[in-house]
Amino acid sequence: MSEIKTAAVLCTGCGIGEALDLKELARIAQKEGKIGVLREDPQACSAASVAALHAEIQEQGLTHLLIAGCSRRAKTEAFNFPGLALARCNWREGVLWSVPEGENAPELRQEMAADYLRMGCAELKKLKLPQANPKAAGNRRILVLGGGASGLTAALAAADMGHEAVIVEIAPQLGGWAAQWWRRTPWRAPYAVPQPTGIDELVRRAADHPLLRCHLGATVLETRGAPGRFSVDIATADQGQITEEVGAIIQATGFTPYPIERLPELGGGMSPWVIDQAGLESLARASDGAPIRRGDGRPVRTVVFIQCAGQRDATGRHLAYCSGHCCATSVKQAMYFKAAQSDVDTVVLYTDLRLPGMGEDFYRSAQTQGVTFVKGEAKAVTPQGEGLRVAFRDLILDTDSAVEADLVVLATGQVPRSGTDIDLPEEERAVAAANSVLKLAYRQGPDLPQLKYGFTDSHFICFPYETRRTGIYSAGPVRRPMDLAQAMEDATGAALKAIQAVESAAQGRALHPRSGDLSYPMVRLEGCTQCKRCTVECPFGAIDEDENRYPVFNESRCRRCGTCMGACPVRVISFENYSVDTVGSQIKSIDMPDEFSEKPRVLVLACENDAYPALDTAAMQGRRYSAFVRVIPVRCLGSVNTIWITDALNGGWDGVMLLGCKKGEDYQCHFVRGSEMAAYRLSKIEDTLKQMGLEPERVATYEVAITDVERLPRLIDEYVAKMFEIGMSPMKGFA
Amino acid sequence: MSEADHSSAYRREFLAEVEREVEGGTWVKMCMQCGVCAGSCPFGPHWEHSPQKIFMMIRAGQREAVLRSESMWLCTSCYNCVVRCPRQLPVTHIMHGLASYAQKLGLAPKLQATRDFSLQFWENCTRTGRVNEMRLTLGLYFREGLVAGFKQAWAMRTVAWGLLRAGRLNPAELVGGHRCADANGIKAMLAKAREIEARRKAQHGH
Repeated sequence: MSEIKTAAVLCTGCGIGEALDLKELARIAQKEGKIGVLREDPQACSAASVAALHAEIQEQGLTHLLIAGCSRRAKTEAFNFPGLALARCNWREGVLWSVPEGENAPELRQEMAADYLRMGCAELKKLKLPQANPKAAGNRRILVLGGGASGLTAALAAADMGHEAVIVEIAPQLGGWAAQWWRRTPWRAPYAVPQPTGIDELVRRAADHPLLRCHLGATVLETRGAPGRFSVDIATADQGQITEEVGAIIQATGFTPYPIERLPELGGGMSPWVIDQAGLESLARASDGAPIRRGDGRPVRTVVFIQCAGQRDATGRHLAYCSGHCCATSVKQAMYFKAAQSDVDTVVLYTDLRLPGMGEDFYRSAQTQGVTFVKGEAKAVTPQGEGLRVAFRDLILDTDSAVEADLVVLATGQVPRSGTDIDLPEEERAVAAANSVLKLAYRQGPDLPQLKYGFTDSHFICFPYETRRTGIYSAGPVRRPMDLAQAMEDATGAALKAIQAVESAAQGRALHPRSGDLSYPMVRLEGCTQCKRCTVECPFGAIDEDENRYPVFNESRCRRCGTCMGACPVRVISFENYSVDTVGSQIKSIDMPDEFSEKPRVLVLACENDAYPALDTAAMQGRRYSAFVRVIPVRCLGSVNTIWITDALNGGWDGVMLLGCKKGEDYQCHFVRGSEMAAYRLSKIEDTLKQMGLEPERVATYEVAITDVERLPRLIDEYVAKMFEIGMSPMKGFA
Repeated sequence: MSEADHSSAYRREFLAEVEREVEGGTWVKMCMQCGVCAGSCPFGPHWEHSPQKIFMMIRAGQREAVLRSESMWLCTSCYNCVVRCPRQLPVTHIMHGLASYAQKLGLAPKLQATRDFSLQFWENCTRTGRVNEMRLTLGLYFREGLVAGFKQAWAMRTVAWGLLRAGRLNPAELVGGHRCADANGIKAMLAKAREIEARRKAQHGH
């Protein structure tokens, strides 16, 4: 890699040749950019041109190629040159289609195109060809934690696809909750009556599968390693200990029902005839299709189902969320009674009946069968005679009402079995009742990070199966509340992701969102000050610490967001194709107009996942924005090192706009915490600005979504207008 | 709405009775309480119980309150609710069915204008096979007594005079009045209809 040989193709297609002075640009590439081989092409993406390029690369032994033409997001299939460091210069979307029309448009376009060319040349020379993770390991086995419906489905999916799978189940038998049910909610047409659970078949298949092993009555003692090379110590039922070497892990540890003892006002724990949904499944199993009897043998003539028991609670005493499945479950259980004896009174007391998907058909089926649905809010369940009295507010008739019942079923919610909340301080973790599930030997804590209510964190919109620990996937009700059908679908998805993880790990490639990226973070340890910012801030827990408190990078756990690079105060962390230098050199490369030219320069650091595509789309739609900005895509706002900002301001840039994703609880950041970290770091930049004698407005952060196509050009124009308002930077000309 | 007797509250007895006895009654259980019927009804603000509430009262087992309700009698058969009901309940038919059943049981509210009109109209037109407008009009005018009847008739005198002059009102109809060509045929037809209804009821419940 010592010798680099650069080339540039200046595409003149799509109107570029007519709009820009290519002669001048070519001169810039040669004189300032020092590009070795340079040529113009009327349509660089044409099959003939691409073929010619491939030939040129071969003949001339090119190592670095700059293509000036369209956005880096366009024509990616044509411009795919494995083994070559590639930079793209965005003239089409970034200049031609975005500079506002007007008298001085040709001049502004030319200046902008020239700067982008300078930036492309600067970046090109700093790029190195990624060599792939040297610590890549290729264990293809998959460990599944939990042997319920989710775990069995995931393990069988993996095994059916040729991956050895290992199930670790804490109970002495497989099957989980589903094995204790009488029937399941129908999951395919005609959605009319409860269906057999099918769990026996799953258990039998798991037992017979040649690629599947089960440890029953077993728990995890410790999990070490990274994707492709996890070591999991397991305590087995016979007091022994074994270690499983696996490539990926699926956590399908399920849920526990919210305890009804916490609902004494609804009779929970106060009367034996008040049970939860699991309790009713037991009664139904015991009756085996005959009319359902209570524990004392008395036949049930009237049963009341109370929905949302201890759920959707606004008081803070119970679960705040809806578990999603319980309405359908109660409907199903009411049908148990109707199927055995149609004149049993079954009353479902609900405030909002929620049967998502095709559940509406199931609801209608229950109505046809004579299940009574009453919109009402349960107030109290008290003993009365041999049974119970359920007092409630009838929300349709707006009256206080009551109904007598032999049995009351409380539809309580799902509490995820996700382990410890690693965001709690260590001493509080010990107090919290939950035990660690994964027992990860990771610097950031022993379990998967949680988002809210104890459910494991995952990027809900884009990457629902991914957790914040690469190669470890959560599936089923531990990820979000769900029913059996959803859990099995979830588990299948998680199995596919786990397979993708082991295959990518073997090749040293990144997983989403930079799928296939071969670069990985490299650290110059001799410069490290052991400040721990990288180990603390990594959203994916990829970095441990050694005994001397130096960071230890686990490249296979890394998602290549660069948050560590942005965090590092001494800038010793970099990627081969993305570093403090690749961006820093671009910032320093432009031709800075003097203070009196009235041509401000605004640096836009735009998240490559959302903000940059939004800018491209805006340009495609003909939405124009100020020609005084220069946009550099960044992997994540979290990767923005403050040195870029101070360099820009020192270099005379008038303002810096940082465009990242939404942060917080309903974050949109593809790297979960990147934009939050950036916001945190930038909250401290005001002091720096003051020291430099600059206005605080010169650095601004915006949350931008990929859909902000209309808003973003407006934001840019407003920001540039503000720069005119506060005046040109006094720092120009000192660099 | 008595709350004293809980033992029948929210039990299936009354609903089962409605399903058995009331036209369209089997649909009541399919109501999902969305309230679109109540919101669509032009009489919404004027009656005590919207169709939504009537259906809920049936589920709650409030037999007396439902059958004595005036609400069904106020229905103008505009069919807005039927058109809009997402569960496709024949709401209008059920309301009329309930009214008819209440009338049969003698629980329908007395002196309810719609009920009075319906009864008079039916009696009037089935007797001769055609509607005697003189008698129907006067019957309605005097339903609340002699004084009220004369007042009403006096208030309408210019209309009556206009109708007389145009030959649209014949005082001679007050005595006897003319019949349709085959009054006995009409009677036979109605008897047959009653017979068919009874047979269907015996077979299907309603």
